Amino acid sequence: MTDAPLIQLKNVHVGIPSRRNALSIVKDVSFSIMPGEAFGLVGESGSGKSLTALSLIRLLKKPLKVTQGEILFKGKNLRDLSDRAMRDMRGDRIAMIFQEPMTALNPLKTVGRQIAEMFVLHRGKGWHEAEKMAVDALASVQVPAPEERVRAYPHQMSGGMRQRVMIAIALACDPDLLIADEPTTALDVTVQDEVLKLIAELCAARGTAVLMISHDLGVIANMCQRVGVMYSGRLVEERATYDIFANPQHPYTKGLLGALPRLGSRHGAGGRQRLVDIDSLIADKESLLQEFCYEPRNSIRDPRVRAGASV
Amino acid sequence: MRGFNLNLWLGGFLTVLVIAGALFAPLIASFDPVFDANLMNSELPPDATFWFGTDAQGRDVFSRVLYGAQVSLTVGIVSQIINSVIGLSLGISAAYWGGWWDDLVNGLTNVMLAIPSLIFALAIMAILGPGLPSLLIALGLTNWSWTCRIARSSTLSLKAQNYVQAAQTLGYSDTRIMATQLLPNMVGPILVISTLGIGSAVLAEAALSFLGLGISPPFPSWGNMLTDARELIVIAPWAAVFPGLAIFVTVLGFNLLGDGLRDMLDPHMRTRSE
Repeated sequence: MTDAPLIQLKNVHVGIPSRRNALSIVKDVSFSIMPGEAFGLVGESGSGKSLTALSLIRLLKKPLKVTQGEILFKGKNLRDLSDRAMRDMRGDRIAMIFQEPMTALNPLKTVGRQIAEMFVLHRGKGWHEAEKMAVDALASVQVPAPEERVRAYPHQMSGGMRQRVMIAIALACDPDLLIADEPTTALDVTVQDEVLKLIAELCAARGTAVLMISHDLGVIANMCQRVGVMYSGRLVEERATYDIFANPQHPYTKGLLGALPRLGSRHGAGGRQRLVDIDSLIADKESLLQEFCYEPRNSIRDPRVRAGASV
Repeated sequence: MRGFNLNLWLGGFLTVLVIAGALFAPLIASFDPVFDANLMNSELPPDATFWFGTDAQGRDVFSRVLYGAQVSLTVGIVSQIINSVIGLSLGISAAYWGGWWDDLVNGLTNVMLAIPSLIFALAIMAILGPGLPSLLIALGLTNWSWTCRIARSSTLSLKAQNYVQAAQTLGYSDTRIMATQLLPNMVGPILVISTLGIGSAVLAEAALSFLGLGISPPFPSWGNMLTDARELIVIAPWAAVFPGLAIFVTVLGFNLLGDGLRDMLDPHMRTRSE
């Protein structure tokens, strides 16, 4: 691993720009990912994980925008790139896979064609050659009988198979960074495990860095060397994975880890244990505007948190 | 397995019948549609020589219906192609890009829907004068609003689909997304509206020719044949019935074909390849 980070976010804010009362949804997020490293982003729904990822590839939906900060990819600020250059980057240098394998493929085109399109788009290959390369790409994600499977339509495949196809498409051009936005949430547990292993193996073999977004701490623990914990649009804690599990610092991280159900542990009346939850709801818009966005959480009354600082 | 697609076969049969009639008119027709006029034969009922009877000038109605098919089909298909190109590009781009462009296209579509298209076509014909090219332009510019509406609403729902969003993250350009992700996935409704559009263009051509602004006599079109036959409707009804029947069969054929094609093109109805 080299010393220069592959991608580096510096004080990134995502929000809705307006002359007065500008609302930031992602606030002051900074982290970096080394080449070949797997970095995890955890946090509950609405904490800004996906927005952070979308800001990376500049696909935030209007009116959301990156309002402040720098996103450096190999030292170049992606915010300064032309639309054209950014488009060429997507799918080629930075690829992304999604939560929903059932709907992320075009239903009217064979999976082989959809993989081949990446070679046509980013490598300037002809369709004939590209479709041959698609067979190899499909074989690399361990789809059985790839020569026949390239001719299958998405609806003829199971969810796990479609997610493999998505991985094949995303990794077709050997990107430097793979963003995986909850790639296994929609799959059942046994398939989840296979798909995660596949991502880990392929990315390790190719030296592809991974930004894994999940609310599943187990997934992150298995996959990632480092973790960032997001809460209400802030990166509240960012450390090595083993460290964060052994010794969580931020009260929210503690809450998150405390809420993990454990297999076989039963105590309390009748041998049953209530699942621990984190009190109250996620901070709403009004409290987001204030600095005290952790206030509604009753159990989190830490003066450091109230100051809005990360620990 | 699926059942027999009656719409597709019946619609296809009628459409092929009409197209073949138009293409091979010089071979099938036993008389010249314009110059074989003979007042001795005027207003004869259908018989072995004049299959569809003769009109007031003694011309063979069958031959004139065949040659009229050339005009009607050309007008129907070409003007609908113009309509589809305008409607699809405006509708898809408006919904995909949104913003002021969407507002503009929407406003334009509403204006087009508010003006009766036949009146608008009449106005254009009045400026350009009668004849085939002006017919194509007039009907091609006035009937795209439904296609545009459907393209726009399809795009709005498809735009939220994960595979369209995924295409963005994979580096597809906007035009590539429109051409490969959006357009193929709206083929069903567009095909149906286009075949309906061919039908209505055939009717509009008939109406404009009937009003004397389409194809000028003596050259036959189904519309001006109806105009001529109007005065004889009691004496020689065949002169009006057969062009009318031709319009009916053509419009019905295209509509059935559209329905049949929609069923056939739905990938979920395709059988598994294994």
